[in-house]
Amino acid sequence: MRASLFITCYNDTLFPETGRAVVRLLERLGVTLDFQPKQTCCGQMHSNTGFRGEAFSQAKRFVRLYQDAEIVVIPSSSCVAMIRDQYPGIIAELGNEALRKDFEALVPRVYELSEFLIDRLGVEDVGATFTHRVVYHASCHGVRVLHLGERPYKLMAKVRGLDLATLANVDRCCGFGGTFSVKNAEVSSAMLTAKLQDVLATKAEYCTALDNSCLMHLGGAMHRQYAGMKTIHLAQILASTETEAAL
Amino acid sequence: MSHATPGRISLDPRFAPPFPQAAEQMLRNPQLRKNVGHAIDVIQAKRGKLVVEKADWQELRSAASAIRFHVLDNLGAYLEQFEARCTAAGGHVHWAADAAEARQIILDLLRQENATEVIKIKTMTSAEIQLNPFLQAAGINAYETDLAEIILQLGDEEPSHIVVPALHINRSQVREIFARAMGLKNLSSEPKELTNAARTYLRKKFLTVPAAISGANFLVAETGTVAIVESEGNGRMCLTLPQTMISLVGIEKVLPRFQDLEVMLQLLARSAVGERMNPYTSLWTGVTPGDGPQNFHVVLLDNGRSRILAKNKERQTLKCIRCAACMNSCPVYRQTGGHAYGSVYPGPIGAILTPQLMRMKYARTLPYASSLCGACYEVCPVKINIPEVLLELRSQVVNQERKQAGRFFDLMYLGLRIANLIFATAWGFHAAQRMGRVGLRFFTRKDGWIHALPSIGAKWTQTRDLRGLPKQTFHQWWATRTKEGK
Repeated sequence: MRASLFITCYNDTLFPETGRAVVRLLERLGVTLDFQPKQTCCGQMHSNTGFRGEAFSQAKRFVRLYQDAEIVVIPSSSCVAMIRDQYPGIIAELGNEALRKDFEALVPRVYELSEFLIDRLGVEDVGATFTHRVVYHASCHGVRVLHLGERPYKLMAKVRGLDLATLANVDRCCGFGGTFSVKNAEVSSAMLTAKLQDVLATKAEYCTALDNSCLMHLGGAMHRQYAGMKTIHLAQILASTETEAAL
Repeated sequence: MSHATPGRISLDPRFAPPFPQAAEQMLRNPQLRKNVGHAIDVIQAKRGKLVVEKADWQELRSAASAIRFHVLDNLGAYLEQFEARCTAAGGHVHWAADAAEARQIILDLLRQENATEVIKIKTMTSAEIQLNPFLQAAGINAYETDLAEIILQLGDEEPSHIVVPALHINRSQVREIFARAMGLKNLSSEPKELTNAARTYLRKKFLTVPAAISGANFLVAETGTVAIVESEGNGRMCLTLPQTMISLVGIEKVLPRFQDLEVMLQLLARSAVGERMNPYTSLWTGVTPGDGPQNFHVVLLDNGRSRILAKNKERQTLKCIRCAACMNSCPVYRQTGGHAYGSVYPGPIGAILTPQLMRMKYARTLPYASSLCGACYEVCPVKINIPEVLLELRSQVVNQERKQAGRFFDLMYLGLRIANLIFATAWGFHAAQRMGRVGLRFFTRKDGWIHALPSIGAKWTQTRDLRGLPKQTFHQWWATRTKEGK
């Protein structure tokens, strides 16, 4: 199977290890990966801040870059949510009929990582080993827009050695919200503190998620507070084996 | 007088501070946050249990959404039908284009009755048009009769929630307010004693005041009926004892058929207070000779609603049945409480409704008072896609900014405009990454983390660290790997 990797601007710049883990994981599962070097950003930051005109150009760019891809895999739930939930409205507003048709043909082939593994590859056991206590943060867009549901839990259940902690108020936002974390920094921080209390109460070693944006927020506070917990994208856990440690 | 919530914030959007500023003030109040968090946890837990036991919850939501959209598509016709049926049953219907007109109509009606006092059932519309201070200035004292509203009125406090308006005040604070305002030195904070104090205070009003003002939860076009749901029975008293009754109702509150109440009432009680049924549901149609108020008036309030109705994405705001499930589920509201929103409508629904009622001239920070987590949309009993409307309003705010000269001094604005140019080409993006790496090196400590950034970045680093940029981006790694022939 061939799949094209949309790594996202955020992961490319700040979390390249997540991208490398996705490559290691998917190649291990027999997927042939492409990487479209012209990729930049899905436009979520612009759209969510109200810069819709700017988001138009990113949406158009995404469709044009990937319209010929067999499958697009994206290790970021909020970027997939942007494409699936916001692109239809954005593209309708643009009134470009050809673009709309190409988008509609493309969107069923766009997968978030856990969707790709479970729905498309049909695997739950990816052959991973990660002998740590882990808490899973269910990112809002993964829960409420993509409806990822049990998928990440199914994957984690099959990871050897992984001790999954139960998180209270699992569906409550960590307070990141993109530019919200800066525009409303104080409220965002208060939400973060509340989230962190639940996360730290699990006494896990690692906090994982399918979205590095939440993890950057949680991880930034953990580092500031010497909290003794680290963040790690689920792809990195799934990529690690007995012989190859997590990236 | 000492307030339970020090540092009062105006709930008039024209004078309220920007949300981030007001919110910061609220965040510094541990008592308020404790009260809000506790109250919301209780309501949320009750609601959660009741939603699970209702197997057709999602179908009910879909039905309610369809009914409300149908109403909005045919609003004029249903309002006229309501007017005809209500009038035929002996009621009088008045149309108010804006707040000033509504206030004047109500004042004139009260003056016709020579009323100097009026009792009130909790009504959001009267708060929206700031009716109480207006009446007071005209020499008419308005007495709230809902327990929470009494607490606010006697304590000179502002409401912080649309269903549980005094949820930011706890029991011992209520005791203080009652003891002071009612002259009851030995009052304890036992709920029974507190409600008894309120009951004694109220009973006199119910028996002596000849006129009442209410809002309405629904109007039924088919029958000309007005519906109010409540928990305390104070509404029932107001609806039966006075001679004159005035109901101030937003034009969007109409339902086509009596039967539609079946769907709405099931959703409303569960969503609002986590009850299968609210204790008192009052339905009345016009005037019944010899029973209840003999002068009955409905004031239909537009006040910006028809303008919202004309807008494609925003019109769903008017589906709202004011249950407050959105604010109870909102992680932002949970931290700040309602006053930070600077409006009588707080929480997610307030964040979309208030700026629209203000024609986007005021409350422009409210559409940004959300992390877009989507919890509000998930619980909304009439399926208002609040995140979608927030985004629409944000784009209107940005479009206003695009015309302002000051935009060139706004780092957020500039940053996003530049980012758009950067993301337009791969080389631009990669050049920006290289520049960012060089620029951030100065702020990166030996452990590879950034602890403090200047300017807008300080908003991030005031509470969180930031990992320094890795030496190699993913696309660089991929290129090396490909070169090595992997």
